[in-house]
Amino acid sequence: MTTVLNDAGEHAVAATEGGLWLSASDAERVTGWALKPEGMCRDDACVPLPAAALRAGKVDVAAFWERLGNPVLHDAAGATWVLGTGAEARNDALADLVAPDFSLPDLSGVPHALSALRGRKVFLATWASW
Amino acid sequence: MWQLLYDELKDHNFMVVAVAEESRGAEHARPWIEQAKATYWCLIDTDHRVADLFGMVNVPQSVWIDEAGRVVRPAETAGSTDHFRRMDLATRTMSPDDQAARQAARTAYLDAVRDWVRTGRYALPADAARRKQPRITADIALAHAHFRLGVWLRRQGRRAEADRHLAEASRLHPESWNMWRQAADLEAVGKASGPEFWARVQALGDKPYYPPPDLPGFGR
Repeated sequence: MTTVLNDAGEHAVAATEGGLWLSASDAERVTGWALKPEGMCRDDACVPLPAAALRAGKVDVAAFWERLGNPVLHDAAGATWVLGTGAEARNDALADLVAPDFSLPDLSGVPHALSALRGRKVFLATWASW
Repeated sequence: MWQLLYDELKDHNFMVVAVAEESRGAEHARPWIEQAKATYWCLIDTDHRVADLFGMVNVPQSVWIDEAGRVVRPAETAGSTDHFRRMDLATRTMSPDDQAARQAARTAYLDAVRDWVRTGRYALPADAARRKQPRITADIALAHAHFRLGVWLRRQGRRAEADRHLAEASRLHPESWNMWRQAADLEAVGKASGPEFWARVQALGDKPYYPPPDLPGFGR
C-alpha cells in the first residue's frame, strides 16, 4: 500500500511500483481531478495528459501533479508521496484574500473547520510549546 | 494570553482560533491549553498546515479574518517584540525597561484587536491587504513539502530519513523559524530554545526576529 499526503489529508492507495501510477478512481479521490478523454478535468477545466503519463488505464499522478506546477516528493522506499502545492497556487490564493479553509482537531480530536466561523470576525493566531 | 480578549469580545460576533504548531502532537500542547482554561478554539496542527496556507514563518503570528471570510490583516507578529534578544542569558531576565516596553507593546496589540472587533478599525483595504500578503517562492513551496514528509516520517519512527527532509526544508526556507525550531524540538525537547537557537538569533544582526506590525505602539 502506498500513502499519499496532500492538502486534503492522508490517502492510502494501490500504486504500481516504480512511480505513482494510480487507477483513474484513485487519482480522482486523491487529487480531485478526473480522467476524461480530453485529459485530467476538474470543474470546467481540463489539462491534457501527455501520452507517456497514461498506461493501461493508470495515470502517472506524480507527472500530472508536477505538470500543474506543484512539488512532488517521495520517501526513499517510494511508498510515501507528498503532492504539495506550488508557489503560484499559494500566491493566487493569498492574493484572493479569501481565507483558505482548513480543518484541524482540538485536544479531544474533534475537527473544527475555519469556514464554520463565517459570519464572525476571527482572530487566527499560532503558538507553540517549543 | 487570548482568554481575556475572548471573554471581553465573545458577544461581538467574534472568535479566537489558537493553532498550536506542534508536530509532537496534542499532548505537548495540552498543559498550556488547560492552564489557559481556554474557551475559544484551540486546535492542534501537527503538519504546520496553517503556516503553509497563510505563509507564516514564526510564532506567534496572527491573521485577522472578517465576517465574510476575507483576510483583512495578513500574517504578522501577534504582540511579541524583540526585547528578549537583550535578556541576560544566565538569569533569563530582561531589564525593567525592556520588560515594561514589551508589556506596553503587547497591550497596544490587544487594544488594536479590540478596536477592530468593535469598530472595524485597522482592517486593511483589499489592495493594502494584498500587498502585505507574504510572497511564496518555489523554494518555499518545496520546503513545505519536505517539512510535511519529514514530520510524517518522524511519526513512523524513521528519524534519520525524516531529519534529512526537515533539514532540507530549513535550507530551502531559512526565514521559517517554525520549520527550524520544530525540527530542533523533534530532535530533543528544549533544543528549539537552546544555544543553536540563540546563535541563529544573533546572526540576524539588525534584522528583526519579530517584525513589528504596522499598528500604533510599534514604532514604525
